[in-house]
Amino acid sequence: MMPDRLTTTFAALADPTRRAILARLAKGETSVKEIAHPFSISPPAITKHLKVLERAGLIMRSREAQWRPCRLEAAPLKDVSEWVERYRSFWEQSFHRLDDYLFKLQTKETKKHVRKKQP
Amino acid sequence: MFEKNSPEVTLTLPSDREIAFTRIFEWPRYLLFEMWTKPEHVRHWWGCAGSTLTVCEIDLHPGGAWRFVMRMADGTDHPFKGVYREIVPAERLVYSECYDVPSLGTPEWLTTITFEELNGKTKLTNSLLHPSSEARDGHLQAGMEAGMVQTLNRLAACASVLAEAGVTNG
Repeated sequence: MMPDRLTTTFAALADPTRRAILARLAKGETSVKEIAHPFSISPPAITKHLKVLERAGLIMRSREAQWRPCRLEAAPLKDVSEWVERYRSFWEQSFHRLDDYLFKLQTKETKKHVRKKQP
Repeated sequence: MFEKNSPEVTLTLPSDREIAFTRIFEWPRYLLFEMWTKPEHVRHWWGCAGSTLTVCEIDLHPGGAWRFVMRMADGTDHPFKGVYREIVPAERLVYSECYDVPSLGTPEWLTTITFEELNGKTKLTNSLLHPSSEARDGHLQAGMEAGMVQTLNRLAACASVLAEAGVTNG
């Protein structure tokens, strides 16, 4: 996944209302009215959030039915989690190696120090 | 996946364009800065478990280039390169970073490493800023500190969405 698509996904996920919408859609497809129900914000505001999510490829809105149900698209979320996991794991392994290396250096230094002290 | 994270390296989303990884080290920050900026040290630790750095070039000044090639145990090479933007000894490093494989379009991002003292330990934050040059330059002008302020830890929220959506890595 290219970083610019990642950025779009992260930007879409950065808003708590949009995450709540995704969490709702994770339970199954539903109407815009149903999505808007738990929120105390205007229908145009909800529509705006849905557009952001749609542009990020996180939801699909059916054009077949009159009520245009929304559906969660899991692929970008999976891409994000895979990318993050790869990156995190790279640094976790590097940091382990860094700790090991520093411990080795420290041990060497201590030994040198001890040797110096002994006549 | 998020919930599999070990407590060691934690992930946060400090802003819409940033992803940050944080880890506490038992070492003083000046030492970690040395480890991060001298090839004779970097080649001992940078890279996945079992890999070796076959190339490790560092020209440590603003505008200077760096280039690493990580060779995995299976013999495959993974080249990375970038340019240093800002160097504050023992405090902060800013550099561009790119997985140097032209067939993948060599996506570039901006990395900021901050070394913060924390009761004798060091809190190291590796923050990635994606991706446009406008965003990057705007970010540099706005000052890194502002961008580094972790207003929200959105990890839990993201993880819950991912979990509910049944998204897992195998």
